[in-house]
Amino acid sequence: MLDCTPKEPVPEGSHTIGKINPVKTCQPIGAMYAALGIHRCLPHSHGSQGCCSYHRMALSRHFHDPAMASTSSFTEGASVFGGAANLKTSIKNVFQIYDPDIIAVHTTCLSETIGDDIPAIIKQSEIPEGKYVIHCNTPSYDGSHVTGFSNMCKGIVNYLAEADDAPKKEQVNIFPGYVNPGDMREIQRIVTEMGIKSIMYPDTTNVMDSPMMKKYEMYPMGGAKIEDIKDSGNSKMTIALGAWSSAEAAAILQSKCKVQGVPLKIPIGVKATDEMIMALKDGFDVEVPLSLEIERGQVIDTLLDIHFQYEGKKVAVYGDPDIVIPLTELLITMGMIPKYIITGTNGKKFEQTINSMLEEAGIEGSKIKAEGDLFDLHQWIKEESVDLLIGNSHGKYIARAEDIPLVRVGFPVYDRAVHPLMPITGYRGCLRLIEMISNTLLDRRDHDALDQDYELIL
Amino acid sequence: MGVKHMRQIAIYGKGGIGKSTTTQNTVAALAALGKKVLVVGCDPKADSTRLLLHGLCQKTVLDTLRDEGDDIDLEDVLKPGFGETLCVESGGPEPGVGCAGRGIITSINLLESLGAYTDDLDYVFYDVLGDVVCGGFAMPIREGKAQEIYIVASGELMALYAANNISKGIKKYAETGGVRLGGIICNSRKVDNELELLEAFAKELGSQLIYFVPRDNLVQRAEINKKTVVDFDPESNQANEYRSLAKAIDENKMFVIPKPMTQDRLEELMMEHGFLGM
Repeated sequence: MLDCTPKEPVPEGSHTIGKINPVKTCQPIGAMYAALGIHRCLPHSHGSQGCCSYHRMALSRHFHDPAMASTSSFTEGASVFGGAANLKTSIKNVFQIYDPDIIAVHTTCLSETIGDDIPAIIKQSEIPEGKYVIHCNTPSYDGSHVTGFSNMCKGIVNYLAEADDAPKKEQVNIFPGYVNPGDMREIQRIVTEMGIKSIMYPDTTNVMDSPMMKKYEMYPMGGAKIEDIKDSGNSKMTIALGAWSSAEAAAILQSKCKVQGVPLKIPIGVKATDEMIMALKDGFDVEVPLSLEIERGQVIDTLLDIHFQYEGKKVAVYGDPDIVIPLTELLITMGMIPKYIITGTNGKKFEQTINSMLEEAGIEGSKIKAEGDLFDLHQWIKEESVDLLIGNSHGKYIARAEDIPLVRVGFPVYDRAVHPLMPITGYRGCLRLIEMISNTLLDRRDHDALDQDYELIL
Repeated sequence: MGVKHMRQIAIYGKGGIGKSTTTQNTVAALAALGKKVLVVGCDPKADSTRLLLHGLCQKTVLDTLRDEGDDIDLEDVLKPGFGETLCVESGGPEPGVGCAGRGIITSINLLESLGAYTDDLDYVFYDVLGDVVCGGFAMPIREGKAQEIYIVASGELMALYAANNISKGIKKYAETGGVRLGGIICNSRKVDNELELLEAFAKELGSQLIYFVPRDNLVQRAEINKKTVVDFDPESNQANEYRSLAKAIDENKMFVIPKPMTQDRLEELMMEHGFLGM
């Protein structure tokens, strides 16, 4: 069980090119997930069948719900002659057989290397009246699943968002970022609670957490409606949650339709949630309702009541930058010490953002790395251990090898269920995270306690 | 609109025909006319901007990506050259390995995301290697990129054969997008009856011979000195020739979807107008 990870640094150059236990996955997974957040959309993978199968499987294992998608089914012929014929046939067949309202095409490594010109192929395709085909490029050798998610969000804005000449409407666009449907639901609930009308996309609520109903529908009831996405060009403001997953799409919407884009963190933790609420308050000139003040007060009360259960504990956090950054901020709020912070996604600003948060909190001696992997993290832990791991399922091997408790947060979580329905965002999400962290540490304490130290009241 | 129109031009042609030399000399002439030009070298050899930069010293986009990861600043890859031109080399793998086409896709995407295509540019030139052999080499003529193409050719059969083949690629992209053939540039090899042959060839394609650049050893001398002719000897006759070519391109109004010919017809044309036609 990862017994071979050496404590000593590996020789120079032996771990610079490849990744060992990466903290990221393929771009198309993110693109497919984003596309599923459109109502009656069938994501289409332009590549070989294996890509599509893997991406669907990865999503289904995390969400415990089917992830529908079609594929261009490349063969040797397509890789020599290009995939244009495959895509045209796919579009024709998919509309005929599966009748979606929209097909969202994303590419794969093979079609990217061939250099297929997707917009030109879409133009040459037969698209039934009133139906849509959109696309984004998702070469997996660049970025991560978060990049793919962002690219599909950009594709949605590029193809669909429109602005009338009329004055902007008093409504906000929510770009929720790469989060679970439970989080999307919670974020929209907060916005609604403030009395602001909103359009959210991608919206995977009731898609990737769809309820069991009497009748099976191939296209679940959830997802952003195409007419709403179009109308997002008429909104007054966009809150772009997550610099990696949402900021670029919001920037495109701002230049295309003059909708003011406000880049924010995904609202994980008290500070990030406060910032989102204040941005909405300022943008729409509304009061923060008492209900939200109560929710916030409950979080602060909880922090005061039980801080001694986790204060000063050292934590290693890993995962996607848009999750890890506000999560680290919450850990600092809780008085914990984020010791190691790692993401597999690229971007210098990851290290800059975390460093300045730690500096402000006066925390020294932490290690931060963008484009890192779990091998790096494991080595750091071997050198100086931590009290808690927070991240996706892939860290469970380190947890076992080093006997450290793990709180599962982020994507993918393959070995636990229910989490896609439960938020970690907003004040409610704060409470849930505090509960998970605190319970995990207390379980550990109970497990390790000698008889004379085993207490009923903690 | 208020924003001046940026013309994006791709130069294609048979390997060794003088695409890079012709492109750089034309760009130097345009720059001397006060035009703001960006040159994007799309050749793994990375020699498309050598004369403008007075040497091959610059680091390519793909080298930079390999050495420094994805967080690249525009200044890392965009170098100022002769006459306030801006030069970028895509670069690519060594001969025999890797995928040069993908390299071009990567680097053009990167330039776009870094904001290299600023509004103050008058021209963007893409100097592309040889034939349009794969999707990557067609990248510069995709939707929203180069709108005009010039093919560099000479009176030799293989040069015309390549030019005809490139026209097939252009036709394919022209039918779905906005890209058009702006003309054939003859880089003279002093083949018999070259001017007539090239004029007939261009006409058969439905296009024009936009300029006939005569052969002059001054070009080689300038090249050894790592300079364009316009830079090395601005008073020379050859510098005037390049200035005239630049003017012809600047004033060009003829943009067509080419009508490539069959191999038989091409050979027939050679017979009619080439040395046998004399």
